[in-house]
Amino acid sequence: MNTILRTSTLAPGIHDLHVQSPRIARKCRPGQFLMLRLYEGGERIPLTIADSDPVEGWLRLIVQTVGRTTRELVLLKPGEKILDLAGPLGHPTEIAFRGTVVCVAGGIGAAPILPIARALKAVGNRVIVILGARNAAQMILQKELELCSDRLLLCSDDGSAGLPGQVTAVLEPMLRSDSRPDQVLAIGPVAMMAAVSEMTRALAIPTIVSLNATMVDGTGMCGGCRVSIGSTTRFVCVDGPEFDGHLVDFHELQNRQHAYSRQEQQAMEQPHRCRLERTESALLRDEHRRTPA
Amino acid sequence: MEPVAKARPGSVARVPMPMQEPAERIHNFQEVPTGYTPALAQREASRCLECKDPLCVRGCPVGVDIRGFVTAIRDGDFARAIHTIRQDNALPAVCGRVCPQETQCEQLCVLGKKHEPVAIGRLERFAADWEREQLPAPSVRPEPRGGRRIAVVGSGPAGLTVAGDLARLGHSVTLFEALHKAGGVLMYGIPEFRLPKAIVQEEVDRICALGVKLVTNAVIGRMITVSELLEEEGFDGVFLGVGAGLPWFLDIPGENLNGVYSANEYLTRVNLMSAWDFPNSDTPVRPARRVAVFGGGNVAMDAARTAVRLGAEEVHIIYRRSREEMPARQEEIEHALEEGVRLQLLYSPLRIGDDGAGNVRSVLCQRMELGEPDSSGRRRPLPVPNSEFELETDAVIVAIGNGANPLLTGATPQLELNRKGNIVAESGSGRTSIPGVYAGGDIVLGAATVILAMGAGRRAAAAIHHDLQVRFPGIGTTGEFHH
Ligand SMILES: Cc1cc2nc3c(=O)[nH]c(=O)nc-3n(C[C@H](O)[C@H](O)[C@H](O)COP(=O)(O)OP(=O)(O)OC[C@H]3O[C@@H](n4cnc5c(N)ncnc54)[C@H](O)[C@@H]3O)c2cc1C
Ligand SMILES: Cc1cc2nc3c(=O)[nH]c(=O)nc-3n(C[C@H](O)[C@H](O)[C@H](O)COP(=O)(O)OP(=O)(O)OC[C@H]3O[C@@H](n4cnc5c(N)ncnc54)[C@H](O)[C@@H]3O)c2cc1C
Ligand code: SF4
Ligand code: FES
Repeated sequence: MNTILRTSTLAPGIHDLHVQSPRIARKCRPGQFLMLRLYEGGERIPLTIADSDPVEGWLRLIVQTVGRTTRELVLLKPGEKILDLAGPLGHPTEIAFRGTVVCVAGGIGAAPILPIARALKAVGNRVIVILGARNAAQMILQKELELCSDRLLLCSDDGSAGLPGQVTAVLEPMLRSDSRPDQVLAIGPVAMMAAVSEMTRALAIPTIVSLNATMVDGTGMCGGCRVSIGSTTRFVCVDGPEFDGHLVDFHELQNRQHAYSRQEQQAMEQPHRCRLERTESALLRDEHRRTPA
Repeated sequence: MEPVAKARPGSVARVPMPMQEPAERIHNFQEVPTGYTPALAQREASRCLECKDPLCVRGCPVGVDIRGFVTAIRDGDFARAIHTIRQDNALPAVCGRVCPQETQCEQLCVLGKKHEPVAIGRLERFAADWEREQLPAPSVRPEPRGGRRIAVVGSGPAGLTVAGDLARLGHSVTLFEALHKAGGVLMYGIPEFRLPKAIVQEEVDRICALGVKLVTNAVIGRMITVSELLEEEGFDGVFLGVGAGLPWFLDIPGENLNGVYSANEYLTRVNLMSAWDFPNSDTPVRPARRVAVFGGGNVAMDAARTAVRLGAEEVHIIYRRSREEMPARQEEIEHALEEGVRLQLLYSPLRIGDDGAGNVRSVLCQRMELGEPDSSGRRRPLPVPNSEFELETDAVIVAIGNGANPLLTGATPQLELNRKGNIVAESGSGRTSIPGVYAGGDIVLGAATVILAMGAGRRAAAAIHHDLQVRFPGIGTTGEFHH
């Protein structure tokens, strides 16, 4: 259980991990996530389940290294284990026939979009994917997204891949064209989801966003992941992670994401005792944990 | 052993509990009361009158033979004392520390009528601590003896009790826990300085040593549903002890600012995720100089005292009634005051102010006065006009209560719930609207106490065993609890 099966690098700082976890693999559906903890004293972090195989019993995680836990996670090698893996959590995406659905993915948002786009396509939707990244090197999952969409549009901030500019620049004309979407789904940085929602609001196009609030337990027990949706407070882990983009208070979400910036900085900068010990224990782990998958 | 004279039965004053001094303990997370020595315990035990009809027992929700264990301590037979307690209570080290004895056994103790009641809780703690030092938990896992398979969901006091009782009756029990550690609130909520986590872990280990299989990181309702446990996973019965883990908020402006926590989040970060040790541990908690805690229960006291230990210079408890109405245990309030926590009584928070960058800066409070008693029998707090005042603070902890978490119940549509979302269960047996599914503890009662959760667990275990015997004649018919 929880053994890493294979790893690869998709782009600088973005890693692809396959983890064995038959129980979660059997149950998870597009849009759901899990909570993971690497070692005693480690943090619990949420990650989307980007793909899974209920028969072979594996999950795919696509991870961007941003802080301590994600960096340590991608150092794990095949045969090593993740200490704790709990899921699947959150409501699955509502998969139904809508007509034309535009999936907007920004950066790492391509990971959660992938299983959703695939499922939307499978029920007969016309699926258009807009995939945005900072530059060509940061663009991930083009091939897989191409396979499960009717149209894939790429864009990058510096124009090194696809159209130059941000996803909103690609979305804009589409909203006004004949092939006006029946639904928009946006997953990526908060600013991007906010901009997309703003754009579709005027045209009253239903828009779903997946929120990446900071979590502790992921089971509705701590209230740390709360967001304002319309005039009510909801918990992202149990009420979400998807919400109506037109109702989300993105400003508040953005603020809450930075609640621990200072401490996260401290954790990364500190070349403290524990990190050194952990490097040693990583070596030990290499020896002890390398059990056949 | 210190030479301490035996007390006379019925003597007036109870033996004081040795404690860490406030000035010292605010800098550490070690337990505040350090426990009776054997001599002190024997001396306190000898105050007991050995009543023919011990009223104390009537005050104990699980009916521990209090007179029996107290006299065993008096006689210096500590093994007999702990054995006696364990007949009825699977978590004595926990109950001896956190049970509200003053409103249970000790309230009914006849000595209390004229003098101070026997310190039953402290003696229970003593016996359990003695056991832990002298008799380490067995590590062998006995094979289940021909019983049936039971799934217990949630490893708080209710789930642990059911698991232990059913394992002793010969059933094979699997205990599913959503978090990575078993113990429920005992592990993530109640702070180390009141209930050391090593003790909770040891109690969990003792229950596992009975043959109970513990599966952590198992979110029932999501990873496996209740009906799958029964229909696909081959369990003959399911007990739901998922607690009341959903934190309530006041719904006042500013509650989603950075620096505003539910008590659950604050305590979980510190207790379960070791945020007190950050950055040696990975989970942080925001350091705060001035902290405001909303609420007046044990949870508020725990949060406030935790904030003190994390280095806050000023900690204010904001409570809208008077001290008499505070639901926290007297002892907890006193400990908090000794540690410098300030009570802002008859104040109610109206709004949380920000610093312009999304962080908490202040709390706007309003003075309250007590009016006529409301339906709960307590006098209703009423706002005093034009009495607002602003308290500067850089963290707020909301500790106004917890409700039923819909994670599991929402995924179990056939389960009957009440208006508040709690599971409806028969009180003597824990039977729910689904055959073979039982429930108990906070998810049935609403946020209650450890011992009530355990009592519900005991009754449910007995009912499960009984119902299984009816369904499968000829299984484990002894009905006897082995230790
Ligand atoms: C439901 C959900 C699904 C997610 N799925 C994925 C996924 O599939 N792949 C992936 O790489 N990440 C995903 N995330 C984000 C991931 O959880 C965070 O990147 C991770 O918690 C960071 O942990 P850390 O210890 O490495 O960094 P930290 O030290 O905790 O943080 C480092 C930096 O990352 C930022 N950060 C922290 N948490 C988040 C967050 N939740 N969202 C955005 N920024 C954050 C901080 O502001 C900080 O600047 C998801 C988050 C949620 C809530
Ligand atoms: C801070 C605090 C201080 C307290 N102090 C005292 C005190 O001094 N004295 C006292 O008597 N009482 C006290 N209480 C109350 C007492 O802790 C509770 O009444 C008691 O723990 C309830 O026990 P339980 O077994 O019903 O549930 P819990 O202890 O809440 O345990 C429930 C467990 O179920 C798990 N769970 C939930 N959902 C799922 C799921 N879907 N699948 C799997 N597992 C799940 C949870 O993670 C948790 O571990 C306090 C409570 C708090 C929060
Ligand atoms: S009521 Fe008090 S004095 Fe009587 S047996 Fe119980 S503890 Fe002893
Ligand atoms: S992460 Fe704790 S309630 Fe959502």
